[in-house]
Amino acid sequence: MCGICGCSDMSFSGKFIPVNKANALLFTSYDSNQGDESADKSRLIQMEVDLLDKNNSYAAKNRLYFQEHGVFVLNLVSSPGAGKTTLLVETIKILKDFFPIAVIEGDQQTQHDADRIRATGVRALQINTGRACHLDAQGIGVAVAKLGIENNSFLAIENVGNLVCPSAFDLGEAHKVVVLSVTEGDDKPLKYADMFYAADLMIINKIDLLPYVDFNMDRCITFARQVNPSIHIIELSATKGDNFDEWTNWLRVSMQKVIKSHAL
Amino acid sequence: MHELSLLENVRSILEEHARSQHFQAVENITLEIGALSCVELEALTFAFEAVMKDSLAEHAELTFKRIEGQGRCFECGQLTPMTELYDVCTHCGHFRLEIVSGLEMKITELKVR
Repeated sequence: MCGICGCSDMSFSGKFIPVNKANALLFTSYDSNQGDESADKSRLIQMEVDLLDKNNSYAAKNRLYFQEHGVFVLNLVSSPGAGKTTLLVETIKILKDFFPIAVIEGDQQTQHDADRIRATGVRALQINTGRACHLDAQGIGVAVAKLGIENNSFLAIENVGNLVCPSAFDLGEAHKVVVLSVTEGDDKPLKYADMFYAADLMIINKIDLLPYVDFNMDRCITFARQVNPSIHIIELSATKGDNFDEWTNWLRVSMQKVIKSHAL
Repeated sequence: MHELSLLENVRSILEEHARSQHFQAVENITLEIGALSCVELEALTFAFEAVMKDSLAEHAELTFKRIEGQGRCFECGQLTPMTELYDVCTHCGHFRLEIVSGLEMKITELKVR
């Protein structure tokens, strides 16, 4: 019998049953064949399996590998055109003499971004996801093996430009970094809340364009903190270099911590 | 459309369980989906048939159990209902909330034969 209204019909397929956590438990023990001996041999199996279980177990393997090898990994996410590749290219130029850097590029098609990274002299591997809209942990595991990543290095994973799907997929990274450019509008953190909730760091890029666009920085930061009170925020311009030190310093400090704990 | 990837996961979970728990077909799949999770139920339902085609769940039906969103306010410590990740506390208006429930995306029950 139904635990909500007492009806006897349990075939809710495709319909929405609003329940809260407490009375959801009432649902887990019904037997639709009760009292119907002539029914087929259907049986019920109870389980608790997360839909992301498979991805999460690959992500855990990746994370362990990164910890054991002192690899600091960032998963960069944004909408298309926010400036992830330019941010990486400029970062590599400044930091490549301090520690080894490698990049995994995710795009549906083309090698363009990996070519831009390779032009800086660091290793890059392009994953073309085809129709898929995000990278997954299994693909990252394969890419890491192919790429051959040095110990005590920085690995940047540039995800597919998409503010929706990559939020759910843990790749084994230390942090998700969401890049938002001021040309996109200050209400993006509310419109795509899942992503800003999942990220630890938000980079607000293209601040050199602030005089030309209708973008309210305070509003944007307030919205981001409303979704994720602990999100760290850095405002910069990757092309003009404005406030770029704050980002590269953050990276250097993070790298030092990883190298230190790897040495222990 | 990450719902497609999630359903491919469901399919492989079903195949694994079919081997270990000895069943040939799945008649119903119960999914527990939190109101604050990143899953769009319509997209999930839409893609279900395509992903399950030629599998042991080809004729299966989907049952959704909705888990309501709930947060605990850092400020006043009370529980408050949430329908969006950016909701504020209904008691004190503060937005520092720790999500207590609503992010679930789980298979909780299979009807098999």
